[in-house]
Amino acid sequence: MRHPSATSGRPGPHRSAIRPGPGAVARGVLLRLLLVLVAATGMAFLAPGIASAEGEQVLGTLQTSRSGPIEGVEVTVTQAGGQEIDSVETDEEGRWSVDLPGPGDYTVTIDADDLPEGVELAGADNRTVTVDEGRRQAVIIGLEDGSRGGGGGTVRAVQLLVDGIRFGLLIAMAAVGLSLIFGTTGLTNFAHGELVTIGAVVAWYVNVSGGVPLIAATLIAMVAGAAVGALNELALWRPLRRRGTGLIAALVVSIGLSLLLRYLIQIVYGGRSSPYQVATGRAVDYGLFTLTNRALVSIVVSLVVLVLVAVMLQRTKIGKAMRAVADNRDLAASSGIDVNRVILVVWMMGGALAALGGVLLGLSDQVQWDMGFRLLLLMFAGVTLGGLGTAYGALVGSLIVGVFVQMSTLVIPNDVKYVGGLLLLIVILVIRPQGILGSRVRIG
Amino acid sequence: MGDLIDALAVALKAGLGFQAIFFALLAIGINVQFGYAGLLNFGQIAFALLGGFGIAISVSQWGLPFWVGVVVGLAAAVVLALLLGLPTLRLRADYLAIATIATAEGLRLLFRSVSATPVTNGTRGLSSFNGDFISLAPWATNERYRILGTSWSGGELWVAVVGWVLVILACLLVWALMRSPWGRVLKSIREDEDAVRALGKNVYVYKMQALVLGGILGALGGMVYAVGTGSAVPDQYQNANTFLAYAALILGGAARVLGPVVGSIILLFILQFADTGLRLLIDNGIIPEGLLSSTDVAQIRFVLVGVGLMLLLVFRPQGIFGDRREVMLDAR
Repeated sequence: MRHPSATSGRPGPHRSAIRPGPGAVARGVLLRLLLVLVAATGMAFLAPGIASAEGEQVLGTLQTSRSGPIEGVEVTVTQAGGQEIDSVETDEEGRWSVDLPGPGDYTVTIDADDLPEGVELAGADNRTVTVDEGRRQAVIIGLEDGSRGGGGGTVRAVQLLVDGIRFGLLIAMAAVGLSLIFGTTGLTNFAHGELVTIGAVVAWYVNVSGGVPLIAATLIAMVAGAAVGALNELALWRPLRRRGTGLIAALVVSIGLSLLLRYLIQIVYGGRSSPYQVATGRAVDYGLFTLTNRALVSIVVSLVVLVLVAVMLQRTKIGKAMRAVADNRDLAASSGIDVNRVILVVWMMGGALAALGGVLLGLSDQVQWDMGFRLLLLMFAGVTLGGLGTAYGALVGSLIVGVFVQMSTLVIPNDVKYVGGLLLLIVILVIRPQGILGSRVRIG
Repeated sequence: MGDLIDALAVALKAGLGFQAIFFALLAIGINVQFGYAGLLNFGQIAFALLGGFGIAISVSQWGLPFWVGVVVGLAAAVVLALLLGLPTLRLRADYLAIATIATAEGLRLLFRSVSATPVTNGTRGLSSFNGDFISLAPWATNERYRILGTSWSGGELWVAVVGWVLVILACLLVWALMRSPWGRVLKSIREDEDAVRALGKNVYVYKMQALVLGGILGALGGMVYAVGTGSAVPDQYQNANTFLAYAALILGGAARVLGPVVGSIILLFILQFADTGLRLLIDNGIIPEGLLSSTDVAQIRFVLVGVGLMLLLVFRPQGIFGDRREVMLDAR
């Protein structure tokens, strides 16, 4: 270790509590579910395309959810032959980057002794990457903040339950639109996940490239989401309904749209994952569980929005019209409801809610080009569980799926937790295919 | 001009190589399920994954002979089809769609997970399991052969020849089945399930048989792919490939015996030609780097397939050979 004095930025000492010892019992409630990965985010400020114009580089960020960004960790980059290129320390944002002489294989090693107390390596302290020509290669070194399996089962279960509720509310918000679109038009929209991604990515560009605070960026993203939803309906689905395109043909069209949008997003945004520019707060202790402020905000925002949606569906004229169209389209039309207008509003609302869900997902898991598609499968699980086509069913079902997925990490590893959610979906189809709130007639 | 001819040759090789065979077999399987029986299997790649890994795991990890691996892969595909079909085939079409797409993604995540690493070697996957098969080639596999301006290694050529034989056999099987009473029942299930039930046929069993048959064909496709690339990596089996196969099927014409085969050859040719062509244009500076860099080109194929699927479904759902009346499907 060449810079023993350089570790001045060590985050606070309270983290020692997770180590077994007398303090561990009292502070056991600090346990956290997250095995936190270090993500590579150095290119946040560069527009895509410009990035490739410069020389080769490796870069990354060291942070965990509990400690926040980690400053002053020595990062050494060596060439395949063992020759050292450079050695740098992470800055106060936890970022580091090293310019390379050219493309090739490089090994990035971090000095484990520089890590703050409580933060440990999840695996090896080095990683070898292949850097292509002109490429700024992100390097991820897994860190663990000591929280996994560190304490009593019930405490961890409570923590997972809380996180599951956060995740479930997020799925619910994105899924309400999916379910209402199915209810009003019969379309199984496989491109709904891309509405989520578009929301997250628009907010990312406005927030990180545009320097706008995240709250304003989220509102802009929601407007963009509503606009994309309206465009979906006006430019594609309404003309298709008029042509009399069958539902299965429409379903395959939505898959085409999903592929098209997803890979366009990848071309524009790139394959990386990046966080938003917000203060990385530490977790706050609430007795039985801990919660970062951003997770708390996520829960509150989703709850408020979902209650608003429920009130709208229950009380307002357009809300009643939506439920009427979803229940029986012909009857609704014959009682004077403008079905096409209702469907347009459903699309706009669905787009805005999906965009908001995307921002919240980006807040907890960073922004990625296929984040929406991965969420889509859980949204399907949620709406199927709740009952395809019903708005409240989507709420209940998504909440259950979210909690189930997070709680399942008690018994199965973290990286296969989505598989648990998908298994749940298949089990539901066996036991009660119409879902909790659905009616028999829908399943045919 | 020389560049253009090279690009055409590369594209021709793609249209005839093991990747086209892979998509053709996937699409023939989907044709049985979707084209003839009206079943929406959106997780065909999961069957291919089981086929490919059936061989890879059996040979590389368990040390079994190659042909035992083939049997393992096919058996796994049958089991998956039964597991998927049992809960969903009594329900409306889109439930099978959701269950299959979820399974395909779930299986891939499972195979690449850390916990599965002892068996599947995680994200790195398995390799060196195709030696037994390549050594059966009747010609030297380490030499290169030139055919129609394209260059093939002996091994590639052997995989392609065996693969096309498989495709022809699969087509013959589908042709024979679809003109049999069994095939007529299947097609009438697609047209009107209730009418078939009223005639006393067990619709559920017929659908299940179609699902299993399509799954076996998908597993064969996965085997050709795994043997062709010489490695089995979970991330090669992205579910976007299922939709590439759908695009091939719809392009060629669903519910036609040769539709999926012609569709795959044309699709792979177009995709590879677009790929090489775009790279050439970028390298020559005709498309500025800022607009599209050569690393983005790999994504362009999926964008093209997305646009193609939408346009085909809207304007020509019957594809090249199909019959429009046969493909006007509706959800039941």
